[in-house]
Amino acid sequence: MQPILADGNGGALFWELLVNGLVMGSLFALIALGYSLVYGIIELVNFAHGDLFMLGAAMTYTLTALAVSWFGTVTPGGMSFAIVLGLLLIVPFFCGGANILIDRAVYRPLRRAPRLVPLVSALGVSFVLVNIGQLWIGTSPLSLENKAQLVSDDSLIQMGEVPLKWKDAVVLITVVPVMVGLTWLVKFTRLGKAMRATAQNLVAAQLMGIGVERVIASTFFVGGYLAGLAAVVYTLKIGRIEYQMGFQNGLYAFTAAVVGGIGNIPGAVLGGLLLGFIYSFGGGYSQGNWVDALIFGVLIVLLIFRPTGLLGSRSREKV
Amino acid sequence: MALLEITDLRSGYGAIEVLKGLSLKVEAGEIVTVIGANGAGKTTTLMTISGCVKARDGRISFDGNDLASVPAHEIVKRGLAQSPEGRKIFPRLSVLENLEMGAFTRNDKPGIREDIEKSFQYFPILKERQKQLGGTLSGGEQQMLAIARALMSRPKLLLLDEPSLGLAPMIVLKIFDVIRELNRQGMSVLLVEQNARMALRLAHRGYVMETGTITMTDKAEVLLNDPRIQAAYLGE
Repeated sequence: MQPILADGNGGALFWELLVNGLVMGSLFALIALGYSLVYGIIELVNFAHGDLFMLGAAMTYTLTALAVSWFGTVTPGGMSFAIVLGLLLIVPFFCGGANILIDRAVYRPLRRAPRLVPLVSALGVSFVLVNIGQLWIGTSPLSLENKAQLVSDDSLIQMGEVPLKWKDAVVLITVVPVMVGLTWLVKFTRLGKAMRATAQNLVAAQLMGIGVERVIASTFFVGGYLAGLAAVVYTLKIGRIEYQMGFQNGLYAFTAAVVGGIGNIPGAVLGGLLLGFIYSFGGGYSQGNWVDALIFGVLIVLLIFRPTGLLGSRSREKV
Repeated sequence: MALLEITDLRSGYGAIEVLKGLSLKVEAGEIVTVIGANGAGKTTTLMTISGCVKARDGRISFDGNDLASVPAHEIVKRGLAQSPEGRKIFPRLSVLENLEMGAFTRNDKPGIREDIEKSFQYFPILKERQKQLGGTLSGGEQQMLAIARALMSRPKLLLLDEPSLGLAPMIVLKIFDVIRELNRQGMSVLLVEQNARMALRLAHRGYVMETGTITMTDKAEVLLNDPRIQAAYLGE
Protein backbone atom coordinates (compact mmCIF):
# COMPACT_ATOMS: atom_id res chain seq x y z
CA MET A 1 0.00 0.00 0.00
CA GLN A 2 1.40 3.38 -0.97
CA PRO A 3 0.75 5.97 1.71
CA ILE A 4 -0.54 9.04 0.02
CA LEU A 5 1.22 12.26 0.84
CA ALA A 6 -1.13 14.63 2.52
CA ASP A 7 0.70 17.91 2.43
CA GLY A 8 -0.85 21.28 1.67
CA ASN A 9 -4.32 22.44 2.56
CA GLY A 10 -7.57 20.55 2.18
CA GLY A 11 -8.45 21.84 -1.28
CA ALA A 12 -5.09 21.00 -2.76
CA LEU A 13 -5.21 17.59 -1.13
CA PHE A 14 -8.57 16.94 -2.76
CA TRP A 15 -7.24 17.69 -6.23
CA GLU A 16 -4.12 15.69 -5.64
CA LEU A 17 -6.18 12.71 -4.59
CA LEU A 18 -8.39 13.21 -7.63
CA VAL A 19 -5.42 13.04 -9.99
CA ASN A 20 -4.01 10.07 -8.11
CA GLY A 21 -7.40 8.35 -8.27
CA LEU A 22 -7.59 8.92 -12.01
CA VAL A 23 -4.13 7.47 -12.49
CA MET A 24 -4.63 4.44 -10.25
CA GLY A 25 -8.07 3.97 -11.77
CA SER A 26 -6.63 3.84 -15.28
CA LEU A 27 -4.16 1.21 -14.12
CA PHE A 28 -6.87 -0.91 -12.50
CA ALA A 29 -8.95 -0.48 -15.63
CA LEU A 30 -6.15 -1.78 -17.87
CA ILE A 31 -5.82 -4.92 -15.77
CA ALA A 32 -9.59 -5.25 -15.33
CA LEU A 33 -10.00 -5.31 -19.11
CA GLY A 34 -7.94 -8.49 -19.25
CA TYR A 35 -10.29 -10.22 -16.81
CA SER A 36 -13.35 -8.91 -18.55
CA LEU A 37 -12.34 -9.71 -22.13
CA VAL A 38 -11.46 -13.30 -21.30
CA TYR A 39 -14.52 -13.79 -19.11
CA GLY A 40 -16.70 -12.30 -21.81
CA ILE A 41 -15.52 -14.81 -24.34
CA ILE A 42 -15.10 -18.10 -22.46
CA GLU A 43 -16.65 -17.34 -19.05
CA LEU A 44 -13.39 -18.04 -17.30
CA VAL A 45 -12.24 -15.92 -14.36
CA ASN A 46 -8.57 -16.01 -15.19
CA PHE A 47 -7.14 -15.78 -11.67
CA ALA A 48 -3.63 -15.87 -13.10
CA HIS A 49 -4.12 -12.51 -14.79
CA GLY A 50 -2.83 -10.43 -11.85
CA ASP A 51 0.31 -12.53 -11.74
CA LEU A 52 0.85 -12.05 -15.44
CA PHE A 53 0.84 -8.33 -14.62
CA MET A 54 3.52 -9.05 -12.00
CA LEU A 55 5.66 -10.86 -14.59
CA GLY A 56 5.27 -7.81 -16.81
CA ALA A 57 6.65 -5.68 -13.99
CA ALA A 58 9.52 -8.13 -13.54
CA MET A 59 10.24 -7.87 -17.26
CA THR A 60 10.15 -4.08 -17.01
CA TYR A 61 12.69 -4.21 -14.20
CA THR A 62 14.97 -6.69 -15.96
CA LEU A 63 14.96 -4.79 -19.24
CA THR A 64 15.69 -1.54 -17.41
CA ALA A 65 18.56 -3.17 -15.56
CA LEU A 66 19.89 -4.47 -18.88
CA ALA A 67 19.64 -1.04 -20.44
CA VAL A 68 21.50 0.48 -17.51
CA SER A 69 24.28 -2.08 -17.78
CA TRP A 70 24.65 -1.26 -21.47
CA PHE A 71 24.35 2.52 -21.37
CA GLY A 72 25.59 3.33 -17.86
CA THR A 73 23.67 5.75 -15.69
CA VAL A 74 20.33 6.76 -17.09
CA THR A 75 18.75 10.04 -16.06
CA PRO A 76 15.50 11.57 -17.30
CA GLY A 77 15.99 12.87 -20.81
CA GLY A 78 16.47 11.54 -24.31
CA MET A 79 17.90 8.17 -23.34
CA SER A 80 15.31 7.45 -20.67
CA PHE A 81 12.60 8.40 -23.13
CA ALA A 82 13.93 5.82 -25.57
CA ILE A 83 14.05 3.18 -22.84
CA VAL A 84 10.47 3.91 -21.76
CA LEU A 85 9.36 3.64 -25.37
CA GLY A 86 11.22 0.36 -25.70
CA LEU A 87 9.56 -1.00 -22.56
CA LEU A 88 6.14 0.05 -23.82
CA LEU A 89 6.84 -1.83 -27.05
CA ILE A 90 8.36 -5.03 -25.65
CA VAL A 91 6.67 -5.81 -22.33
CA PRO A 92 3.06 -5.82 -23.61
CA PHE A 93 4.06 -8.27 -26.37
CA PHE A 94 5.82 -10.43 -23.80
CA CYS A 95 2.70 -10.57 -21.61
CA GLY A 96 0.35 -11.04 -24.57
CA GLY A 97 2.46 -13.89 -25.91
CA ALA A 98 2.71 -15.51 -22.48
CA ASN A 99 -1.06 -15.29 -22.10
CA ILE A 100 -1.58 -17.08 -25.43
CA LEU A 101 0.80 -19.82 -24.32
CA ILE A 102 -1.02 -20.23 -21.00
CA ASP A 103 -4.34 -20.54 -22.78
CA ARG A 104 -2.97 -23.00 -25.30
CA ALA A 105 -1.32 -25.21 -22.71
CA VAL A 106 -3.77 -25.06 -19.81
CA TYR A 107 -7.21 -23.72 -20.65
CA ARG A 108 -7.75 -24.88 -24.22
CA PRO A 109 -7.66 -28.62 -23.45
CA LEU A 110 -10.45 -27.91 -20.93
CA ARG A 111 -12.69 -25.94 -23.29
CA ARG A 112 -15.54 -28.46 -23.04
CA ALA A 113 -15.01 -29.28 -19.36
CA PRO A 114 -17.39 -27.96 -16.69
CA ARG A 115 -16.75 -24.30 -15.78
CA LEU A 116 -15.24 -25.11 -12.40
CA VAL A 117 -12.37 -27.10 -13.90
CA PRO A 118 -10.51 -24.37 -15.79
CA LEU A 119 -11.19 -22.07 -12.83
CA VAL A 120 -9.17 -24.36 -10.58
CA SER A 121 -6.49 -24.58 -13.27
CA ALA A 122 -6.37 -20.78 -13.30
CA LEU A 123 -5.63 -20.80 -9.57
CA GLY A 124 -2.87 -23.30 -10.28
CA VAL A 125 -1.43 -21.13 -13.04
CA SER A 126 -1.51 -18.20 -10.63
CA PHE A 127 0.71 -20.09 -8.17
CA VAL A 128 3.05 -21.18 -10.95
CA LEU A 129 3.46 -17.59 -12.14
CA VAL A 130 4.05 -16.36 -8.59
CA ASN A 131 6.80 -18.96 -8.22
CA ILE A 132 8.33 -17.96 -11.53
CA GLY A 133 8.28 -14.37 -10.30
CA GLN A 134 9.91 -15.45 -7.04
CA LEU A 135 12.73 -17.19 -8.92
CA TRP A 136 13.07 -14.28 -11.30
CA ILE A 137 13.16 -11.25 -9.01
CA GLY A 138 13.60 -12.81 -5.57
CA THR A 139 11.45 -12.38 -2.51
CA SER A 140 12.37 -8.88 -1.38
CA PRO A 141 10.98 -5.77 -3.06
CA LEU A 142 13.13 -4.23 -5.76
CA SER A 143 13.38 -0.54 -6.43
CA LEU A 144 13.47 0.48 -10.04
CA GLU A 145 14.62 3.92 -9.04
CA ASN A 146 17.81 2.50 -7.60
CA LYS A 147 18.58 1.27 -11.11
CA ALA A 148 17.58 4.23 -13.16
CA GLN A 149 15.37 7.21 -12.99
CA LEU A 150 13.41 6.83 -16.16
CA VAL A 151 10.71 9.36 -15.44
CA SER A 152 11.45 12.59 -13.70
CA ASP A 153 9.93 13.50 -10.35
CA ASP A 154 9.17 16.98 -11.66
CA SER A 155 5.81 18.34 -12.54
CA LEU A 156 4.72 18.44 -16.13
CA ILE A 157 2.29 21.27 -15.50
CA GLN A 158 1.10 23.08 -12.45
CA MET A 159 -2.67 23.44 -12.10
CA GLY A 160 -3.05 26.13 -9.45
CA GLU A 161 -1.48 24.59 -6.37
CA VAL A 162 -1.70 21.10 -7.75
CA PRO A 163 1.06 19.62 -9.86
CA LEU A 164 0.50 17.05 -12.57
CA LYS A 165 3.61 14.98 -12.19
CA TRP A 166 5.39 13.39 -15.12
CA LYS A 167 4.86 9.99 -13.51
CA ASP A 168 1.13 10.47 -13.55
CA ALA A 169 1.15 12.04 -16.98
CA VAL A 170 2.98 9.02 -18.43
CA VAL A 171 0.18 6.76 -17.20
CA LEU A 172 -2.56 8.93 -18.70
CA ILE A 173 -0.70 9.56 -21.96
CA THR A 174 -0.34 5.80 -22.42
CA VAL A 175 -3.71 4.63 -21.18
CA VAL A 176 -6.06 7.02 -22.97
CA PRO A 177 -4.98 6.23 -26.55
CA VAL A 178 -4.93 2.52 -25.74
CA MET A 179 -8.51 2.67 -24.50
CA VAL A 180 -9.54 4.50 -27.66
CA GLY A 181 -7.66 1.93 -29.74
CA LEU A 182 -9.31 -0.96 -27.95
CA THR A 183 -12.77 0.50 -28.46
CA TRP A 184 -12.01 0.90 -32.13
CA LEU A 185 -10.68 -2.64 -32.36
CA VAL A 186 -13.75 -4.17 -30.78
CA LYS A 187 -16.31 -2.00 -32.57
CA PHE A 188 -14.99 -1.70 -36.08
CA THR A 189 -12.46 -4.35 -37.01
CA ARG A 190 -13.16 -7.82 -38.34
CA LEU A 191 -11.45 -9.32 -35.30
CA GLY A 192 -13.60 -7.16 -33.02
CA LYS A 193 -16.76 -8.33 -34.74
CA ALA A 194 -15.63 -11.92 -34.39
CA MET A 195 -14.85 -11.32 -30.71
CA ARG A 196 -18.28 -9.90 -30.02
CA ALA A 197 -20.01 -12.71 -31.85
CA THR A 198 -17.96 -15.38 -30.09
CA ALA A 199 -18.65 -13.77 -26.72
CA GLN A 200 -22.40 -13.74 -27.36
CA ASN A 201 -22.73 -17.25 -28.73
CA LEU A 202 -19.69 -19.40 -29.39
CA VAL A 203 -21.47 -22.11 -31.37
CA ALA A 204 -23.31 -19.60 -33.53
CA ALA A 205 -20.01 -17.81 -34.18
CA GLN A 206 -18.54 -21.10 -35.37
CA LEU A 207 -21.53 -21.60 -37.66
CA MET A 208 -20.91 -18.15 -39.19
CA GLY A 209 -17.45 -19.31 -40.24
CA ILE A 210 -15.56 -17.61 -37.42
CA GLY A 211 -12.45 -19.49 -36.29
CA VAL A 212 -13.29 -19.25 -32.60
CA GLU A 213 -10.01 -20.71 -31.34
CA ARG A 214 -8.12 -17.98 -33.15
CA VAL A 215 -10.50 -15.41 -31.70
CA ILE A 216 -9.97 -16.78 -28.18
CA ALA A 217 -6.18 -16.73 -28.64
CA SER A 218 -6.39 -13.12 -29.87
CA THR A 219 -8.48 -12.22 -26.83
CA PHE A 220 -5.88 -13.68 -24.49
CA PHE A 221 -3.24 -11.73 -26.39
CA VAL A 222 -5.11 -8.44 -26.08
CA GLY A 223 -5.78 -9.04 -22.37
CA GLY A 224 -2.13 -9.89 -21.76
CA TYR A 225 -0.99 -6.93 -23.84
CA LEU A 226 -3.01 -4.55 -21.66
CA ALA A 227 -1.65 -6.18 -18.48
CA GLY A 228 1.88 -5.72 -19.81
CA LEU A 229 1.19 -2.09 -20.59
CA ALA A 230 -0.23 -1.62 -17.09
CA ALA A 231 2.88 -3.29 -15.65
CA VAL A 232 5.21 -0.84 -17.41
CA VAL A 233 3.40 2.33 -16.40
CA TYR A 234 2.73 0.99 -12.89
CA THR A 235 6.42 0.25 -12.40
CA LEU A 236 7.36 3.68 -13.72
CA LYS A 237 4.89 5.39 -11.40
CA ILE A 238 5.33 3.38 -8.20
CA GLY A 239 9.00 2.59 -8.80
CA ARG A 240 8.95 -0.60 -6.73
CA ILE A 241 8.09 -4.20 -7.59
CA GLU A 242 7.78 -7.48 -5.73
CA TYR A 243 6.69 -10.98 -6.62
CA GLN A 244 3.41 -10.74 -4.72
CA MET A 245 2.23 -7.51 -6.35
CA GLY A 246 0.03 -9.46 -8.74
CA PHE A 247 -2.28 -10.72 -6.04
CA GLN A 248 -3.52 -7.46 -4.59
CA ASN A 249 -3.58 -5.54 -7.85
CA GLY A 250 -5.22 -8.47 -9.56
CA LEU A 251 -7.87 -8.62 -6.87
CA TYR A 252 -8.56 -4.89 -7.20
CA ALA A 253 -8.79 -5.19 -10.95
CA PHE A 254 -11.04 -8.24 -10.78
CA THR A 255 -13.27 -6.32 -8.37
CA ALA A 256 -13.30 -3.42 -10.83
CA ALA A 257 -14.35 -5.78 -13.62
CA VAL A 258 -17.18 -7.20 -11.50
CA VAL A 259 -18.31 -3.76 -10.32
CA GLY A 260 -18.46 -2.56 -13.92
CA GLY A 261 -20.20 -5.71 -15.11
CA ILE A 262 -17.81 -8.49 -16.04
CA GLY A 263 -17.60 -9.13 -19.75
CA ASN A 264 -18.40 -5.50 -20.50
CA ILE A 265 -15.55 -3.33 -21.81
CA PRO A 266 -16.76 0.18 -20.86
CA GLY A 267 -17.82 -1.43 -17.57
CA ALA A 268 -14.26 -2.52 -16.80
CA VAL A 269 -13.02 1.01 -17.43
CA LEU A 270 -15.77 2.54 -15.30
CA GLY A 271 -15.19 0.00 -12.52
CA GLY A 272 -11.44 0.62 -12.66
CA LEU A 273 -11.87 4.38 -12.36
CA LEU A 274 -14.38 4.02 -9.53
CA LEU A 275 -11.99 1.75 -7.66
CA GLY A 276 -9.12 4.13 -8.34
CA PHE A 277 -11.02 7.00 -6.74
CA ILE A 278 -12.07 4.91 -3.74
CA TYR A 279 -8.47 3.74 -3.38
CA SER A 280 -7.10 7.24 -3.60
CA PHE A 281 -9.65 9.12 -1.49
CA GLY A 282 -10.09 6.28 0.99
CA GLY A 283 -6.35 5.99 1.39
CA GLY A 284 -5.84 9.75 1.53
CA TYR A 285 -8.42 10.49 4.18
CA SER A 286 -7.85 7.37 6.29
CA GLN A 287 -4.07 7.16 5.99
CA GLY A 288 -4.49 3.93 4.07
CA ASN A 289 -6.08 2.01 6.92
CA TRP A 290 -9.52 1.49 5.41
CA VAL A 291 -8.83 1.12 1.72
CA ASP A 292 -9.55 -2.57 1.37
CA ALA A 293 -12.59 -2.44 3.62
CA LEU A 294 -13.94 0.47 1.57
CA ILE A 295 -13.29 -1.14 -1.79
CA PHE A 296 -14.81 -4.48 -0.94
CA GLY A 297 -17.62 -2.82 1.01
CA VAL A 298 -18.58 -0.94 -2.14
CA LEU A 299 -18.38 -4.21 -4.08
CA ILE A 300 -20.71 -5.98 -1.66
CA VAL A 301 -23.28 -3.18 -1.47
CA LEU A 302 -23.26 -2.61 -5.21
CA LEU A 303 -23.71 -6.26 -6.03
CA ILE A 304 -26.70 -6.50 -3.70
CA PHE A 305 -28.48 -3.80 -5.68
CA ARG A 306 -27.00 -4.48 -9.12
CA PRO A 307 -25.91 -8.13 -9.29
CA THR A 308 -24.81 -7.73 -12.90
CA GLY A 309 -22.55 -4.77 -12.11
CA LEU A 310 -22.93 -1.18 -13.24
CA LEU A 311 -23.08 -1.86 -16.98
CA GLY A 312 -23.61 -5.61 -16.99
CA SER A 313 -26.11 -6.83 -19.50
CA ARG A 314 -29.36 -8.40 -18.48
CA SER A 315 -30.53 -9.43 -21.90
CA ARG A 316 -31.01 -13.15 -22.11
CA GLU A 317 -31.41 -15.32 -25.10
CA LYS A 318 -34.86 -16.60 -25.75
CA VAL A 319 -34.99 -20.32 -26.22
CA MET B 1 -23.26 -37.49 -57.45
CA ALA B 2 -25.31 -36.40 -54.48
CA LEU B 3 -24.69 -32.91 -53.08
CA LEU B 4 -24.31 -34.31 -49.58
CA GLU B 5 -23.55 -37.93 -48.92
CA ILE B 6 -23.02 -39.29 -45.43
CA THR B 7 -21.74 -42.83 -45.02
CA ASP B 8 -21.51 -44.80 -41.75
CA LEU B 9 -21.03 -41.66 -39.69
CA ARG B 10 -20.13 -42.02 -36.02
CA SER B 11 -19.81 -39.16 -33.58
CA GLY B 12 -20.71 -38.12 -30.06
CA TYR B 13 -19.63 -36.31 -26.94
CA GLY B 14 -16.95 -37.74 -24.64
CA ALA B 15 -17.76 -41.33 -23.78
CA ILE B 16 -21.23 -41.12 -25.30
CA GLU B 17 -21.61 -42.18 -28.89
CA VAL B 18 -24.68 -40.53 -30.39
CA LEU B 19 -24.43 -41.35 -34.09
CA LYS B 20 -23.88 -45.06 -34.60
CA GLY B 21 -23.25 -45.49 -38.28
CA LEU B 22 -25.56 -43.00 -39.94
CA SER B 23 -25.97 -42.83 -43.70
CA LEU B 24 -28.06 -40.41 -45.71
CA LYS B 25 -27.85 -38.22 -48.76
CA VAL B 26 -29.25 -35.03 -50.20
CA GLU B 27 -29.41 -34.48 -53.97
CA ALA B 28 -29.05 -30.97 -55.36
CA GLY B 29 -32.43 -29.24 -55.41
CA GLU B 30 -34.05 -31.50 -52.85
CA ILE B 31 -35.71 -30.88 -49.52
CA VAL B 32 -34.82 -33.83 -47.33
CA THR B 33 -36.14 -34.22 -43.82
CA VAL B 34 -34.91 -36.28 -40.91
CA ILE B 35 -37.65 -37.02 -38.41
CA GLY B 36 -37.28 -38.73 -35.09
CA ALA B 37 -37.93 -38.47 -31.38
CA ASN B 38 -36.04 -36.33 -28.91
CA GLY B 39 -32.58 -37.74 -28.35
CA ALA B 40 -32.44 -39.74 -31.59
CA GLY B 41 -29.36 -37.74 -32.64
CA LYS B 42 -30.87 -35.31 -35.15
CA THR B 43 -29.09 -32.23 -33.80
CA THR B 44 -25.82 -34.14 -33.44
CA THR B 45 -26.13 -35.09 -37.11
CA LEU B 46 -26.32 -31.45 -38.19
CA MET B 47 -23.62 -30.36 -35.73
CA THR B 48 -21.29 -33.05 -37.07
CA ILE B 49 -21.96 -31.99 -40.66
CA SER B 50 -21.18 -28.39 -39.67
CA GLY B 51 -17.98 -29.51 -37.95
CA CYS B 52 -18.93 -28.33 -34.44
CA VAL B 53 -18.85 -31.96 -33.30
CA LYS B 54 -15.97 -34.02 -34.62
CA ALA B 55 -16.77 -37.06 -36.74
CA ARG B 56 -15.16 -40.17 -35.26
CA ASP B 57 -15.63 -42.44 -38.21
CA GLY B 58 -17.34 -42.53 -41.58
CA ARG B 59 -17.49 -40.08 -44.45
CA ILE B 60 -19.22 -36.77 -45.02
CA SER B 61 -18.86 -35.90 -48.65
CA PHE B 62 -20.14 -32.52 -49.76
CA ASP B 63 -20.02 -31.28 -53.33
CA GLY B 64 -17.38 -33.90 -54.08
CA ASN B 65 -15.08 -33.09 -51.11
CA ASP B 66 -14.60 -34.90 -47.83
CA LEU B 67 -15.65 -32.69 -44.93
CA ALA B 68 -14.73 -34.94 -42.01
CA SER B 69 -11.37 -33.25 -41.32
CA VAL B 70 -12.36 -29.69 -42.29
CA PRO B 71 -12.58 -27.29 -39.30
CA ALA B 72 -16.00 -25.79 -38.54
CA HIS B 73 -15.15 -22.27 -39.69
CA GLU B 74 -13.99 -23.54 -43.09
CA ILE B 75 -17.17 -25.48 -43.72
CA VAL B 76 -19.27 -22.36 -44.19
CA LYS B 77 -16.99 -21.29 -47.03
CA ARG B 78 -17.63 -24.62 -48.77
CA GLY B 79 -21.31 -23.73 -49.06
CA LEU B 80 -22.96 -25.23 -46.00
CA ALA B 81 -24.93 -23.05 -43.61
CA GLN B 82 -27.00 -23.93 -40.60
CA SER B 83 -29.89 -22.42 -38.70
CA PRO B 84 -29.24 -24.15 -35.40
CA GLU B 85 -31.53 -25.59 -32.76
CA GLY B 86 -32.66 -22.86 -30.38
CA ARG B 87 -31.86 -20.25 -33.09
CA LYS B 88 -28.67 -19.03 -31.38
CA ILE B 89 -29.21 -15.42 -32.40
CA PHE B 90 -26.55 -12.96 -31.20
CA PRO B 91 -28.65 -11.30 -28.49
CA ARG B 92 -26.75 -8.01 -28.18
CA LEU B 93 -26.29 -7.43 -31.90
CA SER B 94 -29.00 -5.74 -33.92
CA VAL B 95 -31.00 -7.66 -36.51
CA LEU B 96 -28.93 -6.01 -39.22
CA GLU B 97 -25.64 -6.90 -37.49
CA ASN B 98 -26.84 -10.48 -37.06
CA LEU B 99 -27.40 -10.65 -40.80
CA GLU B 100 -23.99 -9.11 -41.48
CA MET B 101 -22.45 -11.71 -39.19
CA GLY B 102 -23.99 -14.37 -41.42
CA ALA B 103 -21.86 -12.96 -44.24
CA PHE B 104 -18.68 -13.08 -42.15
CA THR B 105 -16.84 -15.20 -44.72
CA ARG B 106 -17.67 -12.81 -47.57
CA ASN B 107 -16.30 -9.38 -48.36
CA ASP B 108 -18.30 -8.28 -51.37
CA LYS B 109 -20.11 -5.36 -49.76
CA PRO B 110 -22.63 -4.70 -52.56
CA GLY B 111 -23.51 -8.39 -52.76
CA ILE B 112 -24.06 -8.53 -49.01
CA ARG B 113 -26.26 -5.44 -49.16
CA GLU B 114 -28.28 -7.08 -51.92
CA ASP B 115 -28.71 -10.29 -49.93
CA ILE B 116 -29.87 -8.36 -46.87
CA GLU B 117 -32.56 -6.74 -49.03
CA LYS B 118 -33.48 -10.18 -50.30
CA SER B 119 -33.93 -11.54 -46.78
CA PHE B 120 -36.14 -8.53 -45.99
CA GLN B 121 -38.33 -9.61 -48.91
CA TYR B 122 -38.63 -13.12 -47.52
CA PHE B 123 -39.20 -11.86 -43.97
CA PRO B 124 -40.58 -8.29 -44.07
CA ILE B 125 -40.84 -8.18 -40.26
CA LEU B 126 -37.02 -8.26 -40.09
CA LYS B 127 -36.87 -5.02 -42.05
CA GLU B 128 -39.14 -3.36 -39.50
CA ARG B 129 -37.01 -4.73 -36.68
CA GLN B 130 -33.58 -4.19 -38.29
CA LYS B 131 -32.33 -1.77 -35.62
CA GLN B 132 -33.64 -3.85 -32.73
CA LEU B 133 -31.34 -6.13 -30.71
CA GLY B 134 -31.61 -9.82 -31.57
CA GLY B 135 -32.39 -10.73 -27.96
CA THR B 136 -35.54 -8.58 -27.96
CA LEU B 137 -37.24 -10.38 -30.86
CA SER B 138 -40.07 -12.85 -30.41
CA GLY B 139 -39.37 -16.55 -30.91
CA GLY B 140 -40.82 -16.55 -34.42
CA GLU B 141 -38.86 -13.46 -35.42
CA GLN B 142 -35.68 -15.03 -34.06
CA GLN B 143 -36.32 -18.14 -36.13
CA MET B 144 -36.78 -16.03 -39.25
CA LEU B 145 -33.59 -14.18 -38.42
CA ALA B 146 -31.69 -17.45 -37.90
CA ILE B 147 -32.74 -18.69 -41.34
CA ALA B 148 -32.03 -15.35 -43.00
CA ARG B 149 -28.63 -15.22 -41.27
CA ALA B 150 -27.74 -18.69 -42.54
CA LEU B 151 -28.69 -17.65 -46.08
CA MET B 152 -26.28 -14.71 -45.90
CA SER B 153 -23.32 -16.97 -46.65
CA ARG B 154 -24.97 -17.96 -49.97
CA PRO B 155 -24.98 -21.67 -49.16
CA LYS B 156 -25.53 -24.51 -51.58
CA LEU B 157 -27.15 -26.52 -48.81
CA LEU B 158 -29.19 -25.11 -45.95
CA LEU B 159 -29.32 -27.11 -42.72
CA LEU B 160 -32.39 -26.35 -40.60
CA ASP B 161 -32.67 -27.66 -37.05
CA GLU B 162 -36.23 -27.66 -35.66
CA PRO B 163 -37.42 -24.40 -37.20
CA SER B 164 -40.93 -25.04 -35.83
CA LEU B 165 -39.89 -25.53 -32.21
CA GLY B 166 -42.09 -23.61 -29.78
CA LEU B 167 -43.74 -21.46 -32.43
CA ALA B 168 -47.42 -20.74 -33.07
CA PRO B 169 -48.87 -22.78 -35.99
CA MET B 170 -49.44 -19.62 -38.07
CA ILE B 171 -45.77 -18.66 -37.78
CA VAL B 172 -44.64 -22.19 -38.59
CA LEU B 173 -46.74 -22.13 -41.77
CA LYS B 174 -45.18 -18.83 -42.77
CA ILE B 175 -41.65 -20.12 -42.20
CA PHE B 176 -42.32 -23.36 -44.07
CA ASP B 177 -43.72 -21.33 -46.99
CA VAL B 178 -40.44 -19.47 -47.16
CA ILE B 179 -38.48 -22.73 -47.10
CA ARG B 180 -40.61 -24.03 -49.97
CA GLU B 181 -40.03 -20.80 -51.90
CA LEU B 182 -36.27 -20.96 -51.29
CA ASN B 183 -36.26 -24.50 -52.60
CA ARG B 184 -38.19 -23.41 -55.68
CA GLN B 185 -35.39 -20.91 -56.34
CA GLY B 186 -32.94 -23.84 -56.25
CA MET B 187 -31.83 -24.11 -52.62
CA SER B 188 -31.18 -27.62 -51.32
CA VAL B 189 -32.42 -28.16 -47.77
CA LEU B 190 -31.77 -30.70 -45.04
CA LEU B 191 -34.50 -30.24 -42.46
CA VAL B 192 -34.49 -31.86 -39.04
CA GLU B 193 -37.88 -31.82 -37.35
CA GLN B 194 -39.94 -33.25 -34.53
CA ASN B 195 -43.06 -31.95 -36.22
CA ALA B 196 -43.06 -34.93 -38.59
CA ARG B 197 -46.32 -34.14 -40.34
CA MET B 198 -45.33 -30.64 -41.41
CA ALA B 199 -41.84 -31.75 -42.34
CA LEU B 200 -43.03 -34.67 -44.50
CA ARG B 201 -45.58 -32.44 -46.25
CA LEU B 202 -42.80 -30.03 -47.18
CA ALA B 203 -40.01 -32.47 -48.07
CA HIS B 204 -39.39 -34.59 -51.14
CA ARG B 205 -37.82 -37.42 -49.21
CA GLY B 206 -37.61 -38.37 -45.57
CA TYR B 207 -35.45 -40.36 -43.18
CA VAL B 208 -36.59 -41.79 -39.88
CA MET B 209 -33.94 -41.69 -37.21
CA GLU B 210 -33.85 -43.78 -34.04
CA THR B 211 -31.01 -43.85 -31.48
CA GLY B 212 -28.26 -42.82 -33.82
CA THR B 213 -29.12 -44.66 -37.03
CA ILE B 214 -31.56 -44.42 -39.91
CA THR B 215 -34.31 -47.00 -39.62
CA MET B 216 -36.48 -46.09 -42.62
CA THR B 217 -36.27 -43.93 -45.69
CA ASP B 218 -38.62 -43.24 -48.56
CA LYS B 219 -40.40 -40.55 -50.50
CA ALA B 220 -42.08 -38.16 -48.10
CA GLU B 221 -45.65 -38.99 -49.18
CA VAL B 222 -44.97 -42.70 -48.77
CA LEU B 223 -43.75 -42.12 -45.22
CA LEU B 224 -46.76 -39.91 -44.52
CA ASN B 225 -49.06 -42.80 -45.41
CA ASP B 226 -47.07 -45.54 -43.73
CA PRO B 227 -49.06 -46.92 -40.79
CA ARG B 228 -45.96 -47.41 -38.66
CA ILE B 229 -44.93 -43.79 -39.14
CA GLN B 230 -48.47 -42.67 -38.50
CA ALA B 231 -48.55 -44.57 -35.24
CA ALA B 232 -45.12 -43.54 -34.01
CA TYR B 233 -44.71 -39.98 -35.28
CA LEU B 234 -47.99 -38.62 -36.57
CA GLY B 235 -50.17 -39.42 -33.59
CA GLU B 236 -52.81 -41.31 -35.50
